Amino acid sequence: MSTTTAQDVSRRDFLYIATGTVGAVGTALALWPFIDQMNPDASVLALASTEFDLAPLQEGQGVTIKWRGKPVFIRHRTEEEIKKAKETPLAELKDPIARNANLPPDAPATDENRVKDGTGKVNEKYLVQIGICTHLGCVPLGDAGDYQGWFCPCHGSHYDEAGRIRKGPAPRNLDIPPYKYISDTKIVIG
Amino acid sequence: MSGHASYEFKNPVVRWIEERLPIFSTIRAQAVDFPTPRNLNYWWTFGGIAATMLVVQILTGIVLVMHYTPHVSMAFDSVEHIMRDVNYGWLLRWLHANGASFFFIAVYIHIFRGLYYGSYKAPREVLWMIGVLIFIAMMATAFMGYVLPWGQMSYWGAVVITNLFSAFPIIGETIVQWLWGGFSVGNPTLQRFFSLHYLLPFVLAALVFLHIWALHVVGNNNPDGIDVKSEEDTLPFHPYYTMKDLYAILVFFLVYLGFVFYSPWYLGHSINFAPANPLSTPAHIVPEWYFLPQYAMLRAIPDKLGGVLVMFSSLIILLFLPWLDTSKVRSNRYRPLGKIFFWLFVITCLTLGIAGSQPAEGAWLTVARIATAFYFAYFLVILPLLGKIERPKPMPASITEAVLSRH
Repeated sequence: MSTTTAQDVSRRDFLYIATGTVGAVGTALALWPFIDQMNPDASVLALASTEFDLAPLQEGQGVTIKWRGKPVFIRHRTEEEIKKAKETPLAELKDPIARNANLPPDAPATDENRVKDGTGKVNEKYLVQIGICTHLGCVPLGDAGDYQGWFCPCHGSHYDEAGRIRKGPAPRNLDIPPYKYISDTKIVIG
Repeated sequence: MSGHASYEFKNPVVRWIEERLPIFSTIRAQAVDFPTPRNLNYWWTFGGIAATMLVVQILTGIVLVMHYTPHVSMAFDSVEHIMRDVNYGWLLRWLHANGASFFFIAVYIHIFRGLYYGSYKAPREVLWMIGVLIFIAMMATAFMGYVLPWGQMSYWGAVVITNLFSAFPIIGETIVQWLWGGFSVGNPTLQRFFSLHYLLPFVLAALVFLHIWALHVVGNNNPDGIDVKSEEDTLPFHPYYTMKDLYAILVFFLVYLGFVFYSPWYLGHSINFAPANPLSTPAHIVPEWYFLPQYAMLRAIPDKLGGVLVMFSSLIILLFLPWLDTSKVRSNRYRPLGKIFFWLFVITCLTLGIAGSQPAEGAWLTVARIATAFYFAYFLVILPLLGKIERPKPMPASITEAVLSRH
């Protein structure tokens, strides 16, 4: 009698725990579709690349285009800007990483690394960067700030001629999107 | 608090229902006969005012949804359609927009009343903590609602606030893209904010129900901060406090409707009359006035993650207040030092509000930093120490004695 009871109890314990576990794991798994539906959907992911013709851009002129719903700054830099950006010692930078999607994640933030495309081509005249302040996502203003680069009016971040953060609360240099030259004057972003 | 009085109902229908669901006796005991301290002052009416504002927001919100379109290409125009074409649309929209501000005014006064009279102390800790959750849920609701008209400030407010989550290392970017449903604030963001802005007020209503339930278990605190000792310390809730609350609600509505009818855009930002433009950030982004103190704390810290953590901590710390304040005396009426520091704390919060409305540079940045330091020092240093060094004034023996000694 006593053996039967012990057996019953352990059988029941097992069934209770097994049922409870399947219920809990099942509920947890069922949560995933509810969470994942909020991630970027297929139509958003499909809008991946944009072409841009650099030829009409005059020296000292910058334009803002839209890629993946985000502003992208393309600037034809002046000789003076390029010279100043190149002369800036790396030690003076707040963020020493290039933040260039076309380069390894630890590439240093030299001016050359800021204008390198996905094929390794360097064209220091044209700077292509995502126009979103790395602090809280505002769009910085061009030709402004203490370093004659970009200035974010929201919380006062100053970026230099190569889009590198120099002063203010932003933690990172402006991001460089993945892009490559498809001819001497044409790029494709994304 | 209230003993389980058994009520006899004469009406046979009422009695039949009562036997199956004791709803009539519950209403009698909790909303009519509920023994309420006789010394409550007008600062106690702001709970009822806040609850009324929640009802106003839900009612006006439900009818606004009948005319609003949550889509990036139509949201702005549909709000203008409400303003110009819908019968009384202008009134409903301004009642809702200004209602948010006046809901916050009522809740802020309600919170500071709780702070001054020690309403968070034992046995009201859970009551207080549910209140903090209401405050946080309210802030989320207000933020998402402000995004819906899809003006410039709506859009850029959404950008800045969602980007707060990018401050978290490693997973930050993933969280933000998950919140957006894309690579920037866009249509998926607007639609989910609309869905949640409709849901959260009902969550708020449920939390308010729990808040009132917890209140009815332990009973009201009162301006003298002493426990109710006998029946003569109390008055029945109805008609004494139903009418007092109603009077206060009417006076409050006078001011609220004054704004709605005579200066409905005073508390907003004119830049929100321009449709959202993802390529151009307005020169000066400021949240609505009720978020300015928190915004000032966010910007006071020169580090992105640090700023975000400090801002969220300024809310979370309120949950621990019942254990941070070591004084046994509830009401600041009997705390000579507590009273001084309370008013310094009020000034600090107002200062943070002003600092939050100014560009984050120069003297205002320094002011915001000092005020942020004092905000946290009040909870983490001053309140814990004060209870140990302060000599409270003598307390009256009962609420009745306290009331009679003043008349």
